[in-house]
Amino acid sequence: MVTEDDVQHIAELADVGINKDELGTFTSQFNAILDYFDTLDAVKGTAAAQSGLFNVLREDEVEPSLPLEDVLDNAPAQEDGFIKAPRVM
Amino acid sequence: MPARTIVFEPSDRYNAFLATCGRAEHGDGPLAGVAVAVKDNISTRGIETTCASKILKGYIPPYDAHVIGLLKEAGAAVVGKTNLDEFGMGTTTENSAFGPTLNPCDTGRVPGGSSGGSAAAVAGGMVRMALGTDTGGSIRCPAAFCGITGLKPSYGRVSRYGLIAYSNSLEQIGPLGKTVTDVSTLMSIIAGYDRHDTTSLNKPYDHTPDADIKGLKVGIPQEYFGKGVDPQVAGVVKKAICRLEELGAATVPCSIPSMEYALAAYYVTCTCEASSNLARFDGVRYGPAPDTKKSWHEAYQEVRSHAFGTEVRRRIMLGTFALSSGYYGKYYAKAQVARANIRADFNRILSEVDVIAGPTMPTIAFRLREKSDPLSMYLADILTVPANLAGIPAISVPCGKSGGMPVGLQIMGRMYEDERVIDVAYAYEQAVN
Repeated sequence: MVTEDDVQHIAELADVGINKDELGTFTSQFNAILDYFDTLDAVKGTAAAQSGLFNVLREDEVEPSLPLEDVLDNAPAQEDGFIKAPRVM
Repeated sequence: MPARTIVFEPSDRYNAFLATCGRAEHGDGPLAGVAVAVKDNISTRGIETTCASKILKGYIPPYDAHVIGLLKEAGAAVVGKTNLDEFGMGTTTENSAFGPTLNPCDTGRVPGGSSGGSAAAVAGGMVRMALGTDTGGSIRCPAAFCGITGLKPSYGRVSRYGLIAYSNSLEQIGPLGKTVTDVSTLMSIIAGYDRHDTTSLNKPYDHTPDADIKGLKVGIPQEYFGKGVDPQVAGVVKKAICRLEELGAATVPCSIPSMEYALAAYYVTCTCEASSNLARFDGVRYGPAPDTKKSWHEAYQEVRSHAFGTEVRRRIMLGTFALSSGYYGKYYAKAQVARANIRADFNRILSEVDVIAGPTMPTIAFRLREKSDPLSMYLADILTVPANLAGIPAISVPCGKSGGMPVGLQIMGRMYEDERVIDVAYAYEQAVN
């Protein structure tokens, strides 16, 4: 069982925001879905590593990339060729 | 050689398109001048790409997805971007921020999802073929509901570069078309190696459908005709399987015990991957600008709570919860064991039979707004998610009607044997048409 406080906490961790009036519905839906997920409790053992898999890496060499203007074109707030973001500190 | 153009101004009665190119350029090649619609979670240079989300409203990709480059090289005209459930999260296309798509077979019903716009564009006769994406059935479900054909390729055969990621380990771009031949043709254009996708494999698809299925062994899993599957739908599909027998195939009853855990394993996996993938949508580099005077979390939450739809926020939260400290072992780790078991079950069965057949969806298309509870919506994906968990190819081909609505026959095959599932679908299609 998760409570409304739990759901509020998860919404904060996930940075998706949540309104007071959504909280009840989200909580009951969460409990129904998590109950269903509990069917996985009956699954035994550990997953064996899948065979035939390998890492795909490349040399760390500089390659041509998109022009700066093209990359910045979609940024809603800019200043002097930089993207403006909310303060972190 | 100067590019030519085709005029594309359909009357879009089904809200299949989010954007159309009135004059679409094209070059020469095997698809010269063929109008192809593209699901709006695939990046198209210079054409707005929204994932049917307000958080990407106005986003113009600065580059093409790999598959778009291949379409252009083949001479195809990319004529528009099609509607979907926001970020691909849904089974009806009702979760679009820009209104639902309607089913061309009955406009009171959903087209299925999440590639509902692509399926409706084909079924409604607006384009001959379209690209969709399939994370847990999102090509096959709308193909079944709209009465067309759709292929989820083997994982790794089609590059995901430029596909806006929702659940990387499950999703593939794939073709939808009116006929199996069109689906096969589009697959031959988009499959192949791409160095920009680290999961891409060098397995090009160069195949002409062959209707000879004499001696083919078809596994019929009991779970695909059991609880939750509408008996009328099951009946239509059984008849279609009899047709395969008449064509010389042999059916073999089989069982997939791990199916019991497939849906939970799927939803745990995809919500966990979504919670990570969708963290990038902060409105800073693209999308609605956050208030830069507010603190980071405050500004970020404000943007995301307004610009993400309810289902997207629900899945991000479920994934965040399932990965949070103390729960990882209970949910994500177990889901990966269940996934390995499903893969093992399919490997076992497919060592004894050539393909597996069953219904694509447990019911016909729902009425609009019929499914309002998220869990009951998730349960509708039970027959399509196993192929994504196992990575294997799966196709849906129309096989008749129930209650006046189309039913899809699903054929699943061995890993990288997309050619074979195409052949079985083609054999069926040729026999009934």
